[in-house]
Amino acid sequence: MFETVILSLQGLLGPVWPLVYSMVKIVAIVAPLMLGVAYLTYAERKIIGYMQVRIGPNRVGPKGWLQPIADALKLMTKEIIIPSGSNKALFILGPILAIAPALAAWAVVPFSPELVLANVDASLLYIMAITSMGVYGIVLAGWASNSKYAFLGGMRAAAQIVAYEIAMGFALVGVLMAAQSLNLVQIVKAQQGGVFSWYWLPLFPLFIVYLIASVAETNRAPFDVVEGESEIVGFHVEYSGMAFAVFFLAEYANMILVATLTSIMFLGGWNPLFDVAPFTWIPGFFWLIGKVCFVLFLFLWFRATFPRYRYDQIMRLGWKVFIPVTLVWILVVGAMMQTPYGYLFH
Amino acid sequence: MNMDRIKDFFSTFLLIELLKGMALTGRYLFARKITIQFPEERTPMSPRFRGLHALRRYPNGEERCIACKLCETICPALAITIDLAQREDGSRRTTRYDIDLTKCIFCGYCEESCPVDAIVETRIFDYHGESRGDLLYTKEKLLAVGDQNEEQIAKDRAADARYR
Repeated sequence: MFETVILSLQGLLGPVWPLVYSMVKIVAIVAPLMLGVAYLTYAERKIIGYMQVRIGPNRVGPKGWLQPIADALKLMTKEIIIPSGSNKALFILGPILAIAPALAAWAVVPFSPELVLANVDASLLYIMAITSMGVYGIVLAGWASNSKYAFLGGMRAAAQIVAYEIAMGFALVGVLMAAQSLNLVQIVKAQQGGVFSWYWLPLFPLFIVYLIASVAETNRAPFDVVEGESEIVGFHVEYSGMAFAVFFLAEYANMILVATLTSIMFLGGWNPLFDVAPFTWIPGFFWLIGKVCFVLFLFLWFRATFPRYRYDQIMRLGWKVFIPVTLVWILVVGAMMQTPYGYLFH
Repeated sequence: MNMDRIKDFFSTFLLIELLKGMALTGRYLFARKITIQFPEERTPMSPRFRGLHALRRYPNGEERCIACKLCETICPALAITIDLAQREDGSRRTTRYDIDLTKCIFCGYCEESCPVDAIVETRIFDYHGESRGDLLYTKEKLLAVGDQNEEQIAKDRAADARYR
C-alpha cells in the first residue's frame, strides 16, 4: 500500500521527487517534535507544580490539555519589538541561528534500526558540530540587542556553553571508545542485550557528567544563569512575541535533543529493557520515546529541586570537576580495554 | 577536622546531598495537593473579615446611620465623606455617605467606631470596578450591599458579639 503510493508519486513528480520526499521526511520529524515541545512545557508546569504541592495549569481545556496551544497563540499574536538601537539583521538572525541547529541535529538521530533520516558514518561528529552551533544564536542575540543586560547574558551563555561542551565532548569520547564507532546506529547496536549492556553502567561517571553537562548545555535550572527567567535578565530581554517564542522553542527542542542523545548514547536507544519475550514485543521506537521521557522527567525534577548555581560555581564545576573526571575515566576505559577485562567496556 | 573535610568531599562528589534533595521533591510529587481552586472553592473565613463595606438597616427598614460622623473622623485614609440634614420627621440623617474604596485601607475603624452598627465590613472581597468611579461607593450602593447581605452580616455580628 505504502510502497505503491510512493512509487506512483515518484512517477508523477519525476526529477523533483527526491526533494519532495526529503521535505516530507523532514516534516515527519519536525512536526511531532514541535508538538513534543508544546507538551513538554505543559509537562514541565504540571510536574513542577505537583512537586510544589500545587496542581499546575488546569483551566484551558480538559485538565489544561490545551494550555500550550493557548500559550502559542498568545505569543504569535504579540508584537515583535525591534529596539531602535539594535542591529536589525543580526537581531532577527539570532533566534533563527538558535533554532536551526536544534532541528538540524535530528537528521542523524536513529529512532529505530531503519528509521533514521541520514545514516551517516560520522553522525556523532555531526551531532557535536551542530549542537555547538547553538551558542552563536545566543551570543548574536545578546550582542545585536545593543543592551548591556542582553550582552552580559549572552557572554555568560557563551562561557558556560563552551565550558560544558568540552566535558560533554569528552564524555562522548568514552562512548565512541566503547562502541568503536562514530555512527549512532552502530553505537546503539553495540549496546544490545538488556539494561546491563547499555553504556550507562561501564561508563557511569561519563553518563552522570553527560547528564549534568547537558542540563548546563541547554541552560536549564540549576544552571540557568543565562536567562534566569524569574529574576536575572538574560540574552533575550529585548525579544518579544514570536521572536522570543523561537528562543523558547529552541531551548525545549534542545532539551528533547539532548535527552534523546543521552538515551542513544548511554541508555541503549531503541533496545528494550531486557532482551526477552514480553519486552521485545514493544517496537524499538517506543522504547526510545520512553527513555527520552524518562530523561526529560529527570530534567524537570532537577529544576524542581535544585537552587540555581552561582556563576563562578558553574565555571568551577565545569572546568575543575567534570573535565578531570571525564579524562580520568577515559584513561580507565582505555587502560581496561588492554586487559582481559576489556569486554566489560564494549 | 581533616576527616570532616574528606567526608564533605565525598558526599559532595558522589552527589549524595543532591540525591537527598531529589528524594524529597520526589516524595512531594505524590503528596496531596493543597491548591484551592478559587471561584469554585473558597477558604474558610473569620466572621471578623474586613471586606467590602455595607450600610445596614433596622428590621423595620429604617436606616441605622444617624450621621454622627464618628467614622468620617476616625478614618485614617480620609476615605469617608458625609453630609447631613434633618429629615421631615426631625431625625438626623445623612444626605451623602461616600466611601472611596481606592483610598480605603480596610482597617475596620469605621465599623469599630459606629455606635449603631450601621457601617460594617462584609466578607465580600472579590468585587471590582470596570470604569473610573466604580469604586467610589455612594450611600445607595452601600445600602444595597447591606440589603443583599443582611443575613450574613447579622450572623457574623452575632458570632463576634461576645468578644466585643
